[in-house]
Amino acid sequence: RRRITGGDGTKLRPEERNRKVVSPQRSRWRNQLRCQRFKGAVLSDEEVYNEAAMEAFPVYNKSHMICLEMPSRAGDVIVSSYSEIAENEYIDPRTAQVAIVDHVKQICTKVRPANDEELPSLYIEEYRNALDAEIQRYVSESYPKGISAVNCVKGKDTEGPGSDFEFVVIITAMRLSPQNFCNGSWRSVWNIDFQDESQVLDIKGKLQVGAHYFEEGNVELDAKKDFQDSTIFQSADDCAIAIANIIRHHETEYLAALEVAYSKLPDNTFKDLRRKLPVTRTLFPWQNTLQFSLTREVEKELGLGK
Amino acid sequence: MVIISCLNGGIDFSGVRAERFEEMEAALGLLRRMPPKQSETALSALLSLIPQHSSDLLSQVDLPLQVLRDTESGKDFILCEYNRDADSYRSPWSNKYLPPLEDALYPSSELRKLEVEANDIFAIYRDQYYEGGISSVYMWEDDNEGFVACFLIKKDGSKSGHGRRGCLEEGAWDAIHVIQVGPEEEEMAHYCLTSTIMLSLATDDESSGKFGLSGSIRRQMKMDLTVAEGHLCNMGRMIEELEGKLRNSLDQVYFGKTREMVCTLRPPAEIVQMRLPDT
Repeated sequence: RRRITGGDGTKLRPEERNRKVVSPQRSRWRNQLRCQRFKGAVLSDEEVYNEAAMEAFPVYNKSHMICLEMPSRAGDVIVSSYSEIAENEYIDPRTAQVAIVDHVKQICTKVRPANDEELPSLYIEEYRNALDAEIQRYVSESYPKGISAVNCVKGKDTEGPGSDFEFVVIITAMRLSPQNFCNGSWRSVWNIDFQDESQVLDIKGKLQVGAHYFEEGNVELDAKKDFQDSTIFQSADDCAIAIANIIRHHETEYLAALEVAYSKLPDNTFKDLRRKLPVTRTLFPWQNTLQFSLTREVEKELGLGK
Repeated sequence: MVIISCLNGGIDFSGVRAERFEEMEAALGLLRRMPPKQSETALSALLSLIPQHSSDLLSQVDLPLQVLRDTESGKDFILCEYNRDADSYRSPWSNKYLPPLEDALYPSSELRKLEVEANDIFAIYRDQYYEGGISSVYMWEDDNEGFVACFLIKKDGSKSGHGRRGCLEEGAWDAIHVIQVGPEEEEMAHYCLTSTIMLSLATDDESSGKFGLSGSIRRQMKMDLTVAEGHLCNMGRMIEELEGKLRNSLDQVYFGKTREMVCTLRPPAEIVQMRLPDT
């Protein structure tokens, strides 16, 4: 029943441990090194670890839309629920290849050409390809390290006008600097619903931005926003330009809004948690008086009644 | 599943030793890097994975503070390891344990006097800086003829809580200041303050959508001061100074780094070049 105390009977707050920082690992941070360490240290049961990892990694990889390099310089494939063909197979529509991935190791082990059933029809591909090119152009202008993909998620076998189809545009950018204790990611997912009857494109976007800084502390940004827009159903090239402009417009505006939110922090937002200084604009008057109660003196100074 | 919640945090181990290390080190390394909002989940996951280290883990990891109502005095008080005995917690207002406990530990009557004064004055300090919130101070003797004091503040700054300006959907600030006071020697005393701040804030508006920042930071400060003005003044000034530094650091350095990262991912465009259709 007695309280748990430290060895000398005191209950001291332990000092922040002095951690020796070792030179950064040469391999990428998200590689098996992490798995081995975590595995070896906290979990000694290999089987349990493997079972858990097999369940956890795909979930993580898809929700974070990680990009994996395909062999022979074919570019990157985005691992997402929109590009998933099978549990370990993800299509890259741009190069018409399917990447086979190892989720736990987070690498693309090999690629194979996509077969006809996995690819969209010529009609759909015309729209998809035009949009992909415009988005790539936008991403290369606006994101230093952005990667994009356009996947057809509905109606990919449509042969010509008269039916609806749906694309998902993914834009993802990641900065991983664990040696600087800083990581960040930007994820945009834009659903483009081509509606044949109304001849309208219904556009819905979801942006998610995250940043994590953890040097001698631990701080995270978690920001997200939903968007809604529309444009008319035109030729493949014109649709592509209109969609890319809409996306560019919203994303640029959002970035500016984030900047405003940050600039309001020190003097507005943060104040609701703790002010920089009291209303008196001076430090708190901790004077001493051994004869009188400290409390009464301070209250008098601040003009507070008891 | 227990492990999934840890892995979803996105871990990296680049700052950790290369050789095989112990479970505790690994656990702390993980917790240090977990996104702050997931620390509770991560901690409970680790407690199930390595229960043999639970008391160490609990004593080294800070979680948001909990509060209990002292019905006798009608005031809330903050719960922590420093006012706990068995499963009961001592109220700084009534000096009684809730639920009641026999043969419980209490500070000496002299220290209790200082504790009462500290609670009263810290409540005023808290009101000046936080415009609301709850505070508690606990003191106990240590073996070195000095004593240890723990000053705690909990503030809910959301618009439904004590947020004066109504700009926060969510706003939580937890401050834990533990100050070790050495024995008096020639009118001087040595003070060692360890301050931990945990905070999370979120806004939700038309233009920026859901914007959330959360984090924790811990620093230490040591000083040798004259006791001419009394311990309370010395402790109070140190806490005020360090709290201010941590607030500014969180705001400028830490949140600033996340802002920098956003601009690195997608630099602001000065001019938006729009392509017009050819038709």
